[in-house]
Amino acid sequence: MALRSVSRLLVNSQRCVLFTASRSQKTAAASPWEKSGEKKQVKTPKAQFNWRDALDLEGLLTEEEIMIRDSFRTYCQEKLMPRILMANRDEVFHREIVSEMGELGVLGPTIKGYGCAGTSYVAYGLIAREVERVDSGYRSVMSVQSSLVMHPINAYGTEEQKEKYLPRLARGEILGCFGLTEPNHGSDPGGMETRAKYNPSSRTFTLTGSKTWITNSPVADICVVWAKCEDGKVRGFLLERGMKGLSTPKIEGKFSLRASATGMIIMDEVEVPEENLLPKVSGLAGPFGCLNNARYGIAWGALGAAEFCFHAARQYTLDRIQFGVPLARNQLIQKKMADMLTEIAIGLQSCVQLGRLIDEKKAAPEMISMLKRNSCGKALDIARQARDMLGGNGIADEYHIIRHVMNLEAVNTYEGTHDIHALILGRAITGLQSFTVDK
Amino acid sequence: CFAPFLCLRPPQIRVKPDRTGVVTDGVKHSMNPFCEIAVEEAVKLKEKKLVKEVVAVSCGPQQVQETIRTALAMGADRGIHVEVSGKDYETLGPLQVSKIFAALAKKEQADLIILGKQAIDDDCNQTGQMTAALLDWPQGTFASEVTLEADKLKVVREIDGGLETIKIKLPAVVTADLRLNTPRYATLPNIMKAKKKKIVNVKPADLGVDVSSRLEVLKVDEPPQRQSGVKVETVHDLVEKLKEAGRI
Repeated sequence: MALRSVSRLLVNSQRCVLFTASRSQKTAAASPWEKSGEKKQVKTPKAQFNWRDALDLEGLLTEEEIMIRDSFRTYCQEKLMPRILMANRDEVFHREIVSEMGELGVLGPTIKGYGCAGTSYVAYGLIAREVERVDSGYRSVMSVQSSLVMHPINAYGTEEQKEKYLPRLARGEILGCFGLTEPNHGSDPGGMETRAKYNPSSRTFTLTGSKTWITNSPVADICVVWAKCEDGKVRGFLLERGMKGLSTPKIEGKFSLRASATGMIIMDEVEVPEENLLPKVSGLAGPFGCLNNARYGIAWGALGAAEFCFHAARQYTLDRIQFGVPLARNQLIQKKMADMLTEIAIGLQSCVQLGRLIDEKKAAPEMISMLKRNSCGKALDIARQARDMLGGNGIADEYHIIRHVMNLEAVNTYEGTHDIHALILGRAITGLQSFTVDK
Repeated sequence: CFAPFLCLRPPQIRVKPDRTGVVTDGVKHSMNPFCEIAVEEAVKLKEKKLVKEVVAVSCGPQQVQETIRTALAMGADRGIHVEVSGKDYETLGPLQVSKIFAALAKKEQADLIILGKQAIDDDCNQTGQMTAALLDWPQGTFASEVTLEADKLKVVREIDGGLETIKIKLPAVVTADLRLNTPRYATLPNIMKAKKKKIVNVKPADLGVDVSSRLEVLKVDEPPQRQSGVKVETVHDLVEKLKEAGRI
């Protein structure tokens, strides 16, 4: 602990100069002015308010986390930001970014071994925030690969499966997708209709059913599909492109997450060898474990998008002159920015705390639900307000904000809608479930 | 080896009220871009197995360790932090730094010193050249390409007239120019490995170097405010105005 705080001081010394100075003055030996109990108060330098980091998130990060964030932020701004305008406009998914991110080692970053970095959950959050600052679609691709494909294989797979898939997924050599949601079963995955029938003679499972709204599926190499077995329990299966009966059509006409490819997973009696079953979990705990992992990243990520919108709106209203003064001179504008600043600062503090709890294995799923819901809801609101502040220019994709508005609609909805997370929390608060009409 | 870490130009650089320098408090400091290119080149040489070890060096206060860590995350093997702080740091210039580098090069028995061609805060473009002179080593400055050929270094230099190719014997000093390479992003695994790499602390006195400056900064001023231009109606008026201003 002591070492960590020292390294924080080193890293933040520019800002911490004030703190270290005040600390040494307070513990200074008796000065010549002290006479009979009368103490001369030495003035401590005033702490500066920084609107970019209102509650000093920086001070809560380790030196390593700061380096990871800074290095990855540079990559995102230099390599992802230039692509996103046209990628979103023309609905093109740049598959190369997965390989690029793989090279940087940011895929499956919390996994230990198998070519993964093995870093903290706070670092994972910081990574998600930087990608989503550029685009939620890019962050969705990263989340799916890390939390919804690599994580289940790591947590529920055999050693052979881990050796076979994880290093290649980490490098971005192969792309995965996660098949849980169905056309008729979104918020109630337990009601899924996809079936897996075991064939003892061939030691395979036959999977039939369809999944929809699957990020990456049109171009994925492997699919982690959740299906109900004959014993009524949901289990996870690894399907590979090329298996007979497996098709992944693209969903057209999307006005959200356009820079990421979304589609269906259609299984018409796909024969899956039993070695492809994820053996270490059964029941909905499996998919939910993955979703919680992804939701945590989203809680950070959504705030990255919100930060972009806030900063962009601030700059625009400082530059735009109407009635002889910058828009930022107006009270209504300032009030909106004050609200944005507050929600982002508070949201990030809660995310750091959650990340630390997860690292200490002290986090409950409801905590993650609470922050996913909060970050997404607040970010959507911030993006909409920012769009409004840009006036007519706010609807042009060149200003980027409208793209975040569109994207955050999906982000607020997937991985558990805003309302569903409210019910999860409501059940935890009251002990009474309100998902279904029966008791 | 590379030049000290320094100010990355923030949106607004301001001159201190006492005009002795620029405000550095609260300004984010990071590695000099040309030095980043130097580190990248060194790491590339190591990856090609042409050099055995890359040592990253920086002179300055405690914060400098952050910059050395970045070099370690890019692939350097170990770091040396030459501690210079307070008043000494404010007056630290190319001459003292090159003396430090020369002393370290001898101590570490270095075969090659690569640094950025110049620092973007003072734009001196002197440290590399001075270091080579102090060591009596050949130098390849403004390098846009470096190739190791047996015990000699082929360096393509960017000069005003174009490109000059020279061959210099090792040990030598090379300074990196913009087009030498594109520095890599530090990958996550490497950032984490960097934690375990050693950074050794030394003081200039340990190396027998006196860091007192022989230069005194008299004043630092902002560039003059740009005056607004004048619009003229005809070419005739333009010529008249230029004559008036003594320009033609």
